[in-house]
Amino acid sequence: MHKILILLAASATLLSANAFAVDRGELLASSCMSCHGPGGKSKGAIPSLAGLEKGYIVKSLQDFKSGARPASVMQRHAKGYTDEEFALMADYLSKLK
Amino acid sequence: MSITRRDFLKVSGMGAASALLAGCAGMGASGAKPKVVVVGAGYGGATCAKYLRKWGPNIEVTLIEPNDKFVSCPRSNLVIGGLRNMDYLTHGYDNLAKHGIKMVKDMVVAIDPAKRTVTTKGGHTFGYDRLVLAPGIDVRTDTVKGFQEAEAASKVVHAWKAGPQTALLRKQLESMADGGVFVMGIPGTPYRCPPGPYERISLVANYLKKHKPKSKIIVLDSNPDIVSKKPLFTWAWNTFYPGMVEYRGTNAVTGVDGNRMVVSTEFDDIKADVMNVVPRQRAGELCAMAGVRNDAGGNWCTVNFTSFESTAVPNVHIIGDSISAALPKSGHMATNHAKVCAAAIVELLAGRQPEAAPVFANTCYSDTSDTTGGHVANVYRYSAEKKAYVDAGGGGATPQGDELNHAYAESWAQNIWAEVLS
Ligand SMILES: Cc1cc2nc3c(=O)[nH]c(=O)nc-3n(C[C@H](O)[C@H](O)[C@H](O)COP(=O)(O)OP(=O)(O)OC[C@H]3O[C@@H](n4cnc5c(N)ncnc54)[C@H](O)[C@@H]3O)c2cc1C
Ligand code: HEC
Repeated sequence: MHKILILLAASATLLSANAFAVDRGELLASSCMSCHGPGGKSKGAIPSLAGLEKGYIVKSLQDFKSGARPASVMQRHAKGYTDEEFALMADYLSKLK
Repeated sequence: MSITRRDFLKVSGMGAASALLAGCAGMGASGAKPKVVVVGAGYGGATCAKYLRKWGPNIEVTLIEPNDKFVSCPRSNLVIGGLRNMDYLTHGYDNLAKHGIKMVKDMVVAIDPAKRTVTTKGGHTFGYDRLVLAPGIDVRTDTVKGFQEAEAASKVVHAWKAGPQTALLRKQLESMADGGVFVMGIPGTPYRCPPGPYERISLVANYLKKHKPKSKIIVLDSNPDIVSKKPLFTWAWNTFYPGMVEYRGTNAVTGVDGNRMVVSTEFDDIKADVMNVVPRQRAGELCAMAGVRNDAGGNWCTVNFTSFESTAVPNVHIIGDSISAALPKSGHMATNHAKVCAAAIVELLAGRQPEAAPVFANTCYSDTSDTTGGHVANVYRYSAEKKAYVDAGGGGATPQGDELNHAYAESWAQNIWAEVLS
């Protein structure tokens, strides 16, 4: 009985660790934060990403990639990612407050 | 209430139960929380410690760094050019403690990978399950004849680590008379920040043009040609500073003489008023302590690129400038290594495999005058086949500078400093 309680406590710690393990969208998007600011909140001229609508983010990235939306630097980034990765990142970014 | 084994499985679920078994492997002999020690709180180390806590809240993270403050190399060329002061580059570590990182102000002097311990100058020993080394570079001042004597006499600086030498170089430029000669020596690749020397030349020229217009800049480059953003820098030098910058490729500096103020190459002895010679570099000595400075030349650390774990020593990860890779050595990249490494350590400690196909990008902004700047940007994808990061295509550099990139460069700096330190 005692042992089980200890195990349960230990598993609670591990459960929280597992719940926090990083999904691909978050890991990919973490690379963007060195420009767009921690948590997607920017200081200065670079726009913030936190909480933008998922569809808007995907469309923006697609348009940067195709050249439909002019950009100083985002075209060079967007061209390196796939549509699937756009969706994963946009999903994560749209949920940031 | 009585809890049976079956109830326990119901509560925790089979997945967690198996994770529990696997997790024990990474939890250290005592069964306590897993311990990760990060050494060096620069761009790589501070970011890694922060993300380890964010993504692995059960992990005990200790960050060891001898300096009181973080002084940024990125943007230090603006200080040398008189456009900012040292305070602008200098940031506290106070916010890192908020993430539950244990900060230790000390320097690591020994590592025992068999016992999994690191020991500091202050005489403390820390055990680890995983160790992250992020010491940046050592500058090989011993490879340029006369450098160390001249450096001790404050006659030559590299200013390739931000701090007192940055301020000294600024002072030397201020004291130089109009008509003086500024000589800059550039090492062969690979070195920290490929566009850094050329940005420095641009911003020194920007200062001299305004205040000492008869002065001259002689660039002695070990490389055959400008290594990074050549069109951008050539455009800037021709447009803003015509006749001021004399560039000589394949002209490695072999020696400096602080008494006579002479910089020597294989071909020439050049009289200088200010000497800024950047010797070649290698991974910080810290890496040698762990036996991970293991590439063919013994200069850089080879790692497994999905986890940044050393290929030579298990449980030791290396990030930032110290790794051997066909990637630019930049602060921006160091933050990316840090995140991929942190995520991998969280998974490894839980008995799982790290993300198999990381993707990240580099960007280096460079100012070309007090109102213009440009950038180089590339995305890199891990290739399991090549066991390396490969350029994803579509990247490149701005052929000319403009005001927009100049503004974005400032925003980049504010954001990356916040990303690393807050
Ligand atoms: C002039 C110049 C301009 C640059 N501009 C840019 C730019 O615009 N953009 C960009 O992305 N990059 C730029 N860089 C490159 C950038 O500075 C480096 O790539 C970056 O600092 C590498 O990060 P790091 O974590 O590997 O090392 P660092 O940031 O150097 O951090 C290493 C830390 O480890 C500590 N340390 C070392 N040994 C020990 C030990 N034994 N025990 C404990 N702690 C230890 C050090 O004190 C230091 O704090 C520039 C560099 C220079 C020189
Ligand atoms: C080098 C710095 C930099 C990096 C890295 C970067 N961005 Fe950007 N981002 C910018 C800038 C600057 C703009 C403004 C458009 C432009 O000039 O390129 C922008 C604009 C955007 C926009 C449009 C925002 C709006 O309000 O319309 C989105 C979406 C975006 N970025 C997503 C990303 C994602 C996702 C990543 C990571 C894969 C990323 N960015 C990485 C600098 C960066």
